[in-house]
Amino acid sequence: MTSYEPMAQVHRLRRSRATRAKTALKKAPFSAWFGILVILGYVIVAVFAHWIAPFGETQVFSEAFAPWSQQFKLGTDQLGRDMLTRLIYGARNTIGIAVATTLLSFAVGVSLGLLAALYRGWLDQILSRAVDVLMSIPSLIFALVLLSIFGSSITSLIIIIALLDSTRVFRLARAVGLNVAVMEYVEVARLRGEGPKWIIAKEILPNVMPPLVAEFGLRFCFVFLTIAALSFLGVGIQPPTADWGSMVRENATLITYGDVTPLLPAGAIALLTVSVNFVVDWFLHATSGLRDER
Amino acid sequence: MNPVARTVLQRLGLGLVTLFIVSIIIFSAIAMLPGDFAKAMLGQSATPETVVAFQREIGIDRPPVERYFVWVGQMLHGDFGSSFASRTGYRRTVAEIIAPRLYNTMFLASMTALIAVPLALGLGILAALYRNGWFDRLVNAVTLTTISFPEFFVAYMLAYLVISRDTFIGSEFAQSLPHWLAVSLNWILNAVPKFPTLSNVNDQTPFWEHVWRVALPAITLTLVIVAHMMRMTRAAIINMLASPYIDMARLKGMSPMAIVLRHALPNAWAPIVTVVAFNLAYLVVGVVVVEVVFVYPGIGQLMVDAVKSRDVPVVQACALIFAATYILLNLTADIISIATNPRLLHPR
Repeated sequence: MTSYEPMAQVHRLRRSRATRAKTALKKAPFSAWFGILVILGYVIVAVFAHWIAPFGETQVFSEAFAPWSQQFKLGTDQLGRDMLTRLIYGARNTIGIAVATTLLSFAVGVSLGLLAALYRGWLDQILSRAVDVLMSIPSLIFALVLLSIFGSSITSLIIIIALLDSTRVFRLARAVGLNVAVMEYVEVARLRGEGPKWIIAKEILPNVMPPLVAEFGLRFCFVFLTIAALSFLGVGIQPPTADWGSMVRENATLITYGDVTPLLPAGAIALLTVSVNFVVDWFLHATSGLRDER
Repeated sequence: MNPVARTVLQRLGLGLVTLFIVSIIIFSAIAMLPGDFAKAMLGQSATPETVVAFQREIGIDRPPVERYFVWVGQMLHGDFGSSFASRTGYRRTVAEIIAPRLYNTMFLASMTALIAVPLALGLGILAALYRNGWFDRLVNAVTLTTISFPEFFVAYMLAYLVISRDTFIGSEFAQSLPHWLAVSLNWILNAVPKFPTLSNVNDQTPFWEHVWRVALPAITLTLVIVAHMMRMTRAAIINMLASPYIDMARLKGMSPMAIVLRHALPNAWAPIVTVVAFNLAYLVVGVVVVEVVFVYPGIGQLMVDAVKSRDVPVVQACALIFAATYILLNLTADIISIATNPRLLHPR
C-alpha cells in the first residue's frame, strides 16, 4: 500500500494498487483499523526489541518476583529477569517463530494443494487420503507425540507444527485450485507447453490469492496459539528464550497472590489473535462481498 | 439393504480404517526414536549390557511388523506395556498409571458437556429468536472474544477473578479508586463463589466434592467450546427460518418460539449435532491445557509430563486414547447427521 506510483501512469483508467488500497482502507470499519494498528505496534516492538527493551533478554537481577517499581516497570520473574524486557523479546521470539511456521506451512500446503488440483488422478488421491488421516488426529496431540520423539528444539517445533498445519492449507488450496484449474486460460497455457511451475505461479496462484491471504491470517492465529499452548505446557520454546507461553507458566504462582503480571503475556497473545481476526474479517468482507445472513 | 444402514456401515468401516492407520502412525513413533535414545534414557553411566537389555525390553531388536501386531494385540487386551519409568524389580504398567487419570478426565469432560451443550443450544435458539437485537449482539460479541483467547488465558482469568475476591480490597489498585467504587467492586467480586483454584482430587474424593473441585476447569472449557456450538445453532436455525414452510407456520399464527422449536429446530439438527460432536472432540485437546493450569490429575497432564520425560509408551497410550475418542466422536456425528437427515443419503 505504500508503493510509489510514477506520474506517467496517472492517465491509466484502472486505478493503481495504492489508490485502491487507500479507498478500501478509508472504508474500513473501526475494528479493522484497531487490528491494523495493534499488529503494526507488535511488529515494531518485535523488530526493534533490542533497542526498546531496557535490559538484556537473559540478564538476571538479584531479586526474584520483585513487585512493579521504577527500575522494573513490571517487576521481575521467577529468576529475577525484568518482566518488561522479557515481554518485549517475547514478541520477537513468539511472533517470529509463528510467522516462520505459517510461511513454511503455506509453502508446503499451497504447492502440494495446487499440484493436486492441477494433476488430479493418483497424486491427488494419495495426498488427499494422507491429509484425511493426518487430520483425524487432533494436531496438539500429534505434535506432543512427535515432540516426545524428536525433542523440543525450535527447528523441530517449526517443522512439526508447519507440517501438521499444512494439511488444512492443502485442503483449501486444493479446493480453490480445482475451480481455477478447469479454466480455459489454464488449458491454453498447457497447450502452449508451459511447465507445472509456470502454470501454478503465473496462472493459478494470482487467481486464488484472496482466500489464501485470509487463510494465512487465520492459520497464523492457530499456529500462534498452538505454539503458545505448547510453550505453556513446557514442551515448546525452551528457556532461556523469552516467550509468552512459558512466561505465563513460570510466573503462574504470582496469580495466587492477586498479582496480574503473569496475565500480561497471556493478554498479549489474546490481543494479537483478536486483532488478526478483526483484520481477516474485514479483508474477507472487502474481497469477497461475503455478508452476514440477515 | 436399507440405504441408511448401508451408509452407516460404510462410514463405520471408514472409521475403523482410519483408526488402524492412526494406530500404525502412533506405533511407528517408537521406531523413529533416535539410535542413542536408550543411552539418553539410562544416563551416562549405562553399560553396553544395560543398553542392550533396555533395547530388548522395548523390543527394538525385533522386526517392526511383528512388534506392531504384538503391540495391538496387547492393547486390545488392555495391556499398554510398561512405562520407561519402571526399573528392574519395579514394573509400572502404563495401564495402571492411566486408569485413574482416564476416569478423572472423563469426569471433567462429561461435566463440561453436561453444562456446555444445553447452554449453547439455549443461547443459540434465543439468539436466533431475537436476531440482531441487543441480546444477540451481546452473546455474539462475548462468544467471539472467548473463541480467540488461548485456553490458559481464560483459565487464569477465572482463577484471578476468584482470587481477587479476597485480595482486591487490600490491593493498591483498589486504594487508588474512589472509595464507593472500590466497595461496590468488592461487593460484586464477593458474589463470585469461592471455587478452588487447584483441582487436586484423588480416588477417595466424594462425588460432590469432586464436582466442586473441577468447577473452574469445567467453566473454562465451557467458555471455550460454547461459542462455536451456539453460533452454529443460531446460523442453522436462521437458515431454516428463510424457508417457505416457516412462512406458512407464521401465517397460521403460531408464536415465534413454537415455530423455532417445532418447525425450524428438527430440520436444523444435522449441522448442530455435527458441530456439537466436533466441539466435544475438541475438548480432547482443551483438557490437556486446562488440566495443567488447574493441576488436575487427568490424562492430559500425564501426557504432557510423559512428553517431557520422553516416556514414549505412556505418550503412545495417551495419544491412542485421545485419537480414538476424537475419531469416535466425529464418527458419531456423521452417523447421527445421516440418520436425522435422509437427504444426505442421496448425494448428487
